[in-house]
Amino acid sequence: MDKETKKIILDPLVDNNPIGLQVLGVCSALAVTTNLGTALVMSLALTSVVAFSNLSISMIRNHIPSAIRIIVQMTIIASLVIVVDQVLKAYVYDLSKQLSVFVGLIITNCIVMGRAEAFAMKNPPGLSFLDGLGNGLGYALVLMIVGTCRELFGSGKLFGVEILSTVNDGGWYVPNGLMLLPPSAFFIIGLMIWGIRAWRPAQVEAAEFKIKEVNGTEAV
Amino acid sequence: MPNDNEVKPAGMMNFLALSNDSTVKTFIMATLVCLVCAVFVSVSAVMLKPLQQLNKELDKKKNILQVAGLYQEGDDIEAAFSKIDIKLVDLETGEYSIELNAETYDERRAAKDPALNVQIDKASDLAGIRMRPKLMPVYQVKEGDVVKQIILPVNGYGLWSTLYGFLAIESDGQTIVGLSFYEHAETPGLGGEVDNPKWKGLWSGKKIYEANGEVGIDVIKGSVIPGSANEAFEVDGLAGATLTSRGVGNMLKYWMGVEGYEKYLKKIQTNGV
Repeated sequence: MDKETKKIILDPLVDNNPIGLQVLGVCSALAVTTNLGTALVMSLALTSVVAFSNLSISMIRNHIPSAIRIIVQMTIIASLVIVVDQVLKAYVYDLSKQLSVFVGLIITNCIVMGRAEAFAMKNPPGLSFLDGLGNGLGYALVLMIVGTCRELFGSGKLFGVEILSTVNDGGWYVPNGLMLLPPSAFFIIGLMIWGIRAWRPAQVEAAEFKIKEVNGTEAV
Repeated sequence: MPNDNEVKPAGMMNFLALSNDSTVKTFIMATLVCLVCAVFVSVSAVMLKPLQQLNKELDKKKNILQVAGLYQEGDDIEAAFSKIDIKLVDLETGEYSIELNAETYDERRAAKDPALNVQIDKASDLAGIRMRPKLMPVYQVKEGDVVKQIILPVNGYGLWSTLYGFLAIESDGQTIVGLSFYEHAETPGLGGEVDNPKWKGLWSGKKIYEANGEVGIDVIKGSVIPGSANEAFEVDGLAGATLTSRGVGNMLKYWMGVEGYEKYLKKIQTNGV
């Protein structure tokens, strides 16, 4: 694998994470991370949608009229999402039942359109596919981390297997109900972004304005 | 899909050579994209339909078996289900009906079909479902020739969603064996705890009708006081899920009531199954 391809796949994991740096696709990250099973299926679904939407959009990128380019992208993305939803219903019925409406909402996930618009419209199909894959994996990574925190502290389980035995089931762990509600994902993602930016200061955005220091000698 | 590296027929070339922003090409591209996507979606939907249907049926059967306590993870669902007889009951009279084929009857579709449903009065619509089918299936679990349990489909509105489930009762038409939901969208961890096995366990042994014939079963706020007069009719509410708990209570009040299975169950109580 040459350097450029590697960069395209690995960059979105940390250096250019769609959730961490671009802060896209947060909505679904809040909704489906109450347990790891749904987070995993959602990640797979999104990854395949981004990869294939990037691929198909890139294939016709030179012939998309700019006036209707967003609509063309949406049509392709929506079709892929419907197909993914149908496949989930046919092969992993139980999980698709838990994900319910959220698979359909991949259509509105900013990552998918963001990548189509920012990358697939300008790059050849092969690279676009890899870019989609990379971004999907970046999203998956964040979802899995958030899902782990929420499921473990919210219901004392991981992938439905009991780790901390909860009071409801006669154990000792008092589950943190907040973890099961969407705001907790906000806090966890916020803390993650803080962590990533402390580790990679290059990701910190430049301040929009500078606070001027007043040293007392100036006229107010 | 057209690709700039492909060799294209002459006619195709002409259209591809048009400026991207010309009106003609805009229309052609829009039509083509829609056509390709539509075919793609329809083909996959049609091809996957049988599998999805099968999943849905198996899931429903699994839930019926689970509420009757006849299912362990990994069991053959069809084999276990062969012990169960399906019959249709006319809720109006409480009699069995043979108008329609019980095996293929879908009560959820019937609830929406004007020929098969009944509109429920606002005042008596405790379950918040607006309409119900005239006929409901009942699943009779047999051991040899003796009916041991009767499983009744119920549904009603919780906080966010309609809950669909099954209530299993003993053949006395009075004692609950279990209650279990196969479809809902309540808040995970709060209302979603209707799926918690421990809470579901609370239902076992509760009674439906009080001595005066009224529906007694209810979900209360907080915990049932042991030894209280209503202990046999009350189930603890779910902590942090008042509205879902109330929804479950109202759903049972409706379905066990006179618009629901009451006539059928009263017949069973006096005449046996």
